[in-house]
Amino acid sequence: MASAELEGQETQTMTVREAIRETLREEMRRDEDVILLGEDIGVMQGVLDVTGDLYNEFGPDRVRDTPISEAGYMGAATGAAATGLRPVPELMFSDFIGVSMEQIMNQMAKMRYMFGGKIEMPVTVRATEGGGMGAASQHSGTVHTWIAHFPGLMAVTPGTPEAAKGLLRSAIRSDDPVFFFENKMIYEQSGEVPTDEDFTIPLGEASVEREGEDVTVVATQRLVGESLSVADELEGDTDVEVIDLRSLYPLDTDTIAESLDKTGRLVVADESPLSYGTQAEVVSRAVEDAFYSLDAPIQRVGVPDTHIPFSPSLEGEVLPDGDDVRNAIERIA
Amino acid sequence: MPSIDLESEQGREEALRRMLTIRKFDTKVGEHFADGEIPGFVHLYVGEEAVGVGACAALEEDDYITSTHRGHGHCIAKGLDPNLMMAEVFGKREGYCNGKGGSMHIADMDANMLGANGIVGAGPPLGAGAALTINQKGEDRVALSFLGDGAVAQGQVHEAVNLASAWDLPLILLVENNQYGEGTPVSDQHNLEKLSDTAGAYDIPGIHVDGMDITAVNEAVAEAREHARNGKGPTFIEADTYRFHGHFEGDEELYRDEDEVEEWRKRDPITDFSERLIDRDELTEEKFEEMQAEIESEIEDAIAYAKDADEPVPEEAYDDMFSANVPDIERFVQQANARTDGGTHGGEF
Repeated sequence: MASAELEGQETQTMTVREAIRETLREEMRRDEDVILLGEDIGVMQGVLDVTGDLYNEFGPDRVRDTPISEAGYMGAATGAAATGLRPVPELMFSDFIGVSMEQIMNQMAKMRYMFGGKIEMPVTVRATEGGGMGAASQHSGTVHTWIAHFPGLMAVTPGTPEAAKGLLRSAIRSDDPVFFFENKMIYEQSGEVPTDEDFTIPLGEASVEREGEDVTVVATQRLVGESLSVADELEGDTDVEVIDLRSLYPLDTDTIAESLDKTGRLVVADESPLSYGTQAEVVSRAVEDAFYSLDAPIQRVGVPDTHIPFSPSLEGEVLPDGDDVRNAIERIA
Repeated sequence: MPSIDLESEQGREEALRRMLTIRKFDTKVGEHFADGEIPGFVHLYVGEEAVGVGACAALEEDDYITSTHRGHGHCIAKGLDPNLMMAEVFGKREGYCNGKGGSMHIADMDANMLGANGIVGAGPPLGAGAALTINQKGEDRVALSFLGDGAVAQGQVHEAVNLASAWDLPLILLVENNQYGEGTPVSDQHNLEKLSDTAGAYDIPGIHVDGMDITAVNEAVAEAREHARNGKGPTFIEADTYRFHGHFEGDEELYRDEDEVEEWRKRDPITDFSERLIDRDELTEEKFEEMQAEIESEIEDAIAYAKDADEPVPEEAYDDMFSANVPDIERFVQQANARTDGGTHGGEF
């Protein structure tokens, strides 16, 4: 079912990859301070073909191929944001974030606060995440929990083309540092996206993608689509409500609590390690705000505290999928 | 036009005044820190004044700088107000950062001063970013990143120099080689005779100057600035200097002996510069003493201003995180308050 944002809107069908590229194009046309920085995003058009032809349209100054030096260009993006640009640096694989973490943790995240609010930090970091390509541990991880945990940073995880478009535009127009996490297994997923060039989704709003009465599944990224499929399969047996969390920080507790008032049962599904994870934060918020609505133990779906292995049989074992969501629903329904 | 023209008599007097202001500011900070009136820890710039003032004099006011742990000198050299600086060092709301930054994080975007920095080597990537903005907007200005000798061992510094070199960014790297990275001699941390030789690896100019000589520093930065403005990219400058105090106040300085400190103190950059001005009949001993008394009094005023300034109220700890209100922060503050007000359980239970 179409989400509330699409009602009355003119739309077109596009993939998540196209939604991201078109939003970048529209924002770069709208504001010349928006520039892209990253490894192989220009001439090579991005290793996962996200930036595509933007280099041809905007040229090497606005679609900048950087040296392979994440600390250097993430720091430069931070300094550029502090001085009047609206940079959109890309981390080719989110696993590389460690190389640049000093600039993210101690500069990008803290400058506004440390300077008493007298600086803006309009930077949007795009990072590809997730397993499923047999890329092994150093090219398959998710780090969105780290970012959502760290004060001063916002983190969003679109699960649909529409969310990708609306959240990326909000991120680029925001005066705060926003991390936009792209699960690489949903780039080909297509859906309806508003054509309005000012269409935005506010940072911090979850979306009820499917209404249901029996169990609430709060999902992110690839697991949104998988959860919707499971919900369809279980129709007539268990009535599943699926929420795309979309924003990890800020986090929309109200939508989750409202859903639990109705269903009383919660499954949280996210492709990150389970200990101290995104799932745990959602559970905490649910317990704090909807404790008396709960009728069953909450279920967490995620990666069982391992790295993502190479061999397909091993990778399939550790990556959460629709079966894990179904099992979790069946344990409590 | 540089912000202070060392070719003019008036400019030389202003430069001397700023060096003295740094000396008095930091000496007073040391005293009040020893008295327990200043929170945290402080790193003083005493002895290094010729570098900060010589460099910033060669910059225009709209040029950007990034700074280091030892940032008070850079702030004064860039023209920041000692009253607001002192209020920040004392943790007061009137300070440059509303009391959230303290000694190691004084910043002033109005002065294009992008912050002192508590992380060794973190400034050059930020400086490269400011230089990127300059290029992107087609502006005629430059960015200068101060860094210590210790920072030359940091990977992100090399990434920033490489990036600036590859993109011909108008960035000046100015290493203040004060002979010690915290408590370890520079020779134990690097296998380079001259840190300025780093420039060779990036095919950019490397300049080595006497950092106790304000004129030498000024000329090197002026040259680097012209180079940058002409689209020729970064310059890597090393200025040999010395900190007369320890790494931080209270440092027992087990890593160096007093004779060495005394030898360097004989080369005091302020004495050196004032004597040159006296030799040229631009300054008299009396005028110099008068100037010192004036500045002493200005810094006493800054101390009084800082002491009189308001403490931030505790609730302000939650301000300034984001450009707009984020409900999550409020949520957790309210929960904590409810627990405090209502016993061990949440207010509503």
